[in-house]
Amino acid sequence: MPGVEDLYREIILDHYRTPRNRGELPPPAVCTEGNNPLCGDDIRIFLDIADGVVRDVKFSGQGCSISQSSTSMMTVAIKGKPVEEVRALVRRFKHMMTLSDDEGAVDESIKLGDIEALGGVVKFPVRIKCATLGWNTLLEGLNSSQG
Amino acid sequence: MAGANTSLDAEKIRQDFPVVTSSINGKPMVYLDSANTSQKPVAVIDAMTAFMREGYAPINRSAYSLAAEATEKYEGARTKVAKFINAKSSREIVFTKNATEALNLIAYSWGRTNLKRGDVVVLTHMEHHANIVPWQMLQQEIGIELRWVPLTSDFQLDLSSLSNLLAGAKVFSFTSMSNVLGTINPVEKLCAAAHAVGALAIVDACQSVPHAPTDVQAWGADFTMFSSHKMCGPSGVGVLWGREALLEAMPPFLGGGNMISEVRLDGFKCAELPAKFEAGTPPITEVIGLGAAVDYLNGIGMANVRRHEVEMSSYVLENLTARFGDEITIHGPRNPELRGATFSFAFRGIHPHDLSQILDQTNVCVRAGHHCAKPLMKIIGANATARASFYLYNTKADADALANALDSASDIF
Repeated sequence: MPGVEDLYREIILDHYRTPRNRGELPPPAVCTEGNNPLCGDDIRIFLDIADGVVRDVKFSGQGCSISQSSTSMMTVAIKGKPVEEVRALVRRFKHMMTLSDDEGAVDESIKLGDIEALGGVVKFPVRIKCATLGWNTLLEGLNSSQG
Repeated sequence: MAGANTSLDAEKIRQDFPVVTSSINGKPMVYLDSANTSQKPVAVIDAMTAFMREGYAPINRSAYSLAAEATEKYEGARTKVAKFINAKSSREIVFTKNATEALNLIAYSWGRTNLKRGDVVVLTHMEHHANIVPWQMLQQEIGIELRWVPLTSDFQLDLSSLSNLLAGAKVFSFTSMSNVLGTINPVEKLCAAAHAVGALAIVDACQSVPHAPTDVQAWGADFTMFSSHKMCGPSGVGVLWGREALLEAMPPFLGGGNMISEVRLDGFKCAELPAKFEAGTPPITEVIGLGAAVDYLNGIGMANVRRHEVEMSSYVLENLTARFGDEITIHGPRNPELRGATFSFAFRGIHPHDLSQILDQTNVCVRAGHHCAKPLMKIIGANATARASFYLYNTKADADALANALDSASDIF
């Protein structure tokens, strides 16, 4: 059995205790809600996108340390980035979570930085859904804001 | 005095359950998830293995003696289940895939025949999804009205407005025991209230049949259902009990082999009860396993099981409260006589998912999440809880292991 130290890395607990970009954005920012039907966690992502760039992002909702910290790190990584770069990052992250994605090829050269700490989650397959909740919700938001 | 009043010997009973006495990485198993699904005694495992090795054959359709004996064993299990819940006749026992299918069968077969737009079905805020969604499907399909019995602040059903809610109702469907709160509901009283307005009384007994004596006639219920896998039997089989006249009047649910007495190109004629509701080859081995589970529980005595769980509840409530005080919030009644040994709780602000992950380090198995009762979770103000549930094979040592593991959880957060 893998030890929990592989899961609860210090940077993860830091984002859990002090989440970044927590809050909400008023319309016309796009709000998307994601649920983890397994555990009842829910998360809302607010996206302010203009000229193909994520100008601002915030998140709210409730969840475990993994879903909250993963979403917090994600918001830091995507704020100010062009949407296409964000999509490539999502693909890269889901690839690390061993989830295949048929939306495009994974660019392995993309640096994940702090997000790399979530790699240990793969050893706890039940928690992969927690780690990807915010990212899947982000994807939905990107799709609906471009729809 | 001694003997008659002592409950069962859990230390001895543990030895009957291979998973309960197992260990992972040298650490003993502490299985506290029996409200989810129970572990299986050797008697059940052996009965199923023996049947598959020595007696396996189709039922109800072949003349050779192997098949006749298989049919006898299958029907023997039905008789055991009927006696276990004091049904009038084994014709009132229908084997389904699980309790969820049994509830769907009632909503589909009885509901679609007897309910029309605007008819009222009363549920409670304690229900799990299996006793909500089939009715919501009818609501979408034919426009029935759903009403809900709320909770009191001490986690009981609030019966103060029950007569108003039941006025004009066609169905009152409720749980005998909450799978989240542990609350045991006054089933006889609720059935009587339903009948007083001419409504059907449906008792979802998944959480109580495994843990206490059941007498469907004393309840005065019309339908009840429960799962084999929560009562030491295998998964894959559930039980629907219904009053014979009601089952007789209902159209079939699934169509196919075994549920017919005649099929022609221009139509079919249903088989007698209970075959009418058992289309296709049933889970034969599993039903025989359920029969063995009933034998096993009868050997221990359901009153003894109940007494043991009241003792466990007292111990768990006293210990967790004494040790953690305000740091633990138990969502459920404090009186062990009014509850089963199922405890949903919040602890030191640690998310239940994280909590169960850390408890898993010492093989303490608890469920984390919404327990398939999302509306109830919203009402008690929790997105998720951790839930520890005890059964006949759990001891005070298991309760101590839970408390110790909880204490170590805050080291990380």
